[in-house]
Amino acid sequence: METETIIETTDLTKRYGRQTAVNGLTLKVKEGEIFGFLGPNGAGKTTTLLMLLGLSRPSKGAATVCGLDPLRMSKEVKRHVGYLPENVGFYGDMDAVQSLEYVADLNGFKKGEAREKIDDLLDLVGLKEEARKKTAAFSRGMKQRLGVAEVLIKDPKVLFLDEPTLGLDPEGAIQIIDLIQSLNKEKNITVLLSSHNLHQVQKMSHRVGIMIGGNLIAEGSIDSLAEEKFGVGEKEYSLEEIYMKYFQEV
Amino acid sequence: MQGLYAVFKKELQDHLSSYRFVILFALIAMVSFITSYMAAVHMRGNLEGLASTKFPFLMLFSTPGAMFSMVQFVAFFGPLIGLILGFDAINRERTQGTLIKVLSQPIYRDAVINGKFLAGVMTIAVMLVAIVLVISGFGLAFVGVVPGIEEMWRLFIFLIISIFYISFWLGLSILFSILFKSIATSSLASVALWIFLSFFISLGAEVVANTVAPIDRKNEVQPEVVLENARIKEMVSLSSPMVLYSDATATIIDPMRKTTRSIILVGPMEELLSARFQNPLSLGQSIVIVFPHIIALIAITLICFAISYLVFMLQEIRT
Ligand SMILES: Nc1ncnc2c1ncn2[C@@H]1O[C@H](COP(=O)(O)OP(=O)(O)OP(=O)(O)O)[C@@H](O)[C@H]1O
Ligand SMILES: [Mg+2]
Repeated sequence: METETIIETTDLTKRYGRQTAVNGLTLKVKEGEIFGFLGPNGAGKTTTLLMLLGLSRPSKGAATVCGLDPLRMSKEVKRHVGYLPENVGFYGDMDAVQSLEYVADLNGFKKGEAREKIDDLLDLVGLKEEARKKTAAFSRGMKQRLGVAEVLIKDPKVLFLDEPTLGLDPEGAIQIIDLIQSLNKEKNITVLLSSHNLHQVQKMSHRVGIMIGGNLIAEGSIDSLAEEKFGVGEKEYSLEEIYMKYFQEV
Repeated sequence: MQGLYAVFKKELQDHLSSYRFVILFALIAMVSFITSYMAAVHMRGNLEGLASTKFPFLMLFSTPGAMFSMVQFVAFFGPLIGLILGFDAINRERTQGTLIKVLSQPIYRDAVINGKFLAGVMTIAVMLVAIVLVISGFGLAFVGVVPGIEEMWRLFIFLIISIFYISFWLGLSILFSILFKSIATSSLASVALWIFLSFFISLGAEVVANTVAPIDRKNEVQPEVVLENARIKEMVSLSSPMVLYSDATATIIDPMRKTTRSIILVGPMEELLSARFQNPLSLGQSIVIVFPHIIALIAITLICFAISYLVFMLQEIRT
């Protein structure tokens, strides 16, 4: 089966005043891929995701997501892309179900359609017990799970996950990772995720990109990156070792 | 469209079920009770024995009973309703991280701001209509006055003008909630501007008028100077939405008023003469007199909203 490019950026650049947050990013992500974005704080990962959604205007360069220009067709892009922000927020006076209902409303679901879906999703992310609890009383991890459920309501083709396992307990993190992998396998959802947890990224990603100071300094499968840095050898290098090597060189 | 409706529905629900709304509503209901009661008592005393007054019903709204009339109350404190409904509209969502979530759904960005503004306007309308109904019911029960067709029309126009007036303040506070990231700052800024536009401008108008066209009290007072002074004062104070609103509603709600001017130069004999032929203005004539005021009021409301809209559409949104 031929895989198509679903996300493509050419020379994508974002400047804030004199600071360059993203510098000439050229990248292709294929359909059905899990792509891990790595990089220290302030590397420009979030900024890149925002530009791909059309929420932030690039200073230079262009992007296409699902064949659409996010700048001009932001609404259509957002129909296909589920975005989980790094610090996802909720209306404290709504419970989990109401929160999901609002997102379903914004996506134009009919009342009945949403109801069933919401139950399934709450089950999927393990929030069945908390369905009628106000989100103000949610723990960090429960919020993260609810955030994931909200993103899945629209049946996305692409997921942008900004640190999806942040604040989750080890078991919760594994559940979310499994969920992401099964969505990827079963529904062929393309995933672009940013994370500081290199183990998790290594476990999930088909390919990774390392971004430092707005520049994409390396991109490829973990094996190919290891080969580039350490040559072919007996040893299997962990992503952590590879990452540190790149990091030291900058 | 679907996004706009979803935001509108949620915001309206939020407004109507919030403590903010309940408190505001209780306060306003109380005040309208008191003012209409006072007006009614006052009217009873004065109308006793009179064969007929024209428009007794409207007097419920325009008669200052003990302290102020309903119309004055809306002019003074209506802005607070608008401010309270809007001062944290956008920046609260920003701080709690829901703005980015809503905007990453398949909706146009303006759906958020339009939905919020419309829900606010709707809430204002609900409040005002309720007040007018309370006072009317009160009038019917307590004084026994029944509104005529023309009075109903006048009330309706009064309602529309009032909704625009309060919506102006709503738009203003939404603008501040977009401009300032902190809720404390945006609320302070809107209250400060309210105090300035509503109370300081009239003081300022006096000062400006007296510097430009001072009235020489020692010598004989010249009518031209007095007129000039009044004209300048009026022009300056018209930059206050409160004055604009008070002037616009005054002739609508009180058919006996024939001008928005505060100073009318007439000799004592003329006044005596004209008083004998005092007749109310027709509705059309009343509207003609305040038409510029109404247009100006609607214009500043729309301009204010348009600015918020533009700023919001061009803003960088990360949270
Ligand atoms: N509104 C802004 N004004 C100026 N600079 C900004 C603004 N927003 C972000 N930046 C800068 O852009 C750069 C990239 O930020 P970004 O949030 O994309 O980093 P990140 O890779 O997501 O980091 P983290 O891992 O901490 O989430 C940072 O240096 C940041 O300081
Ligand atoms: Mg980030």
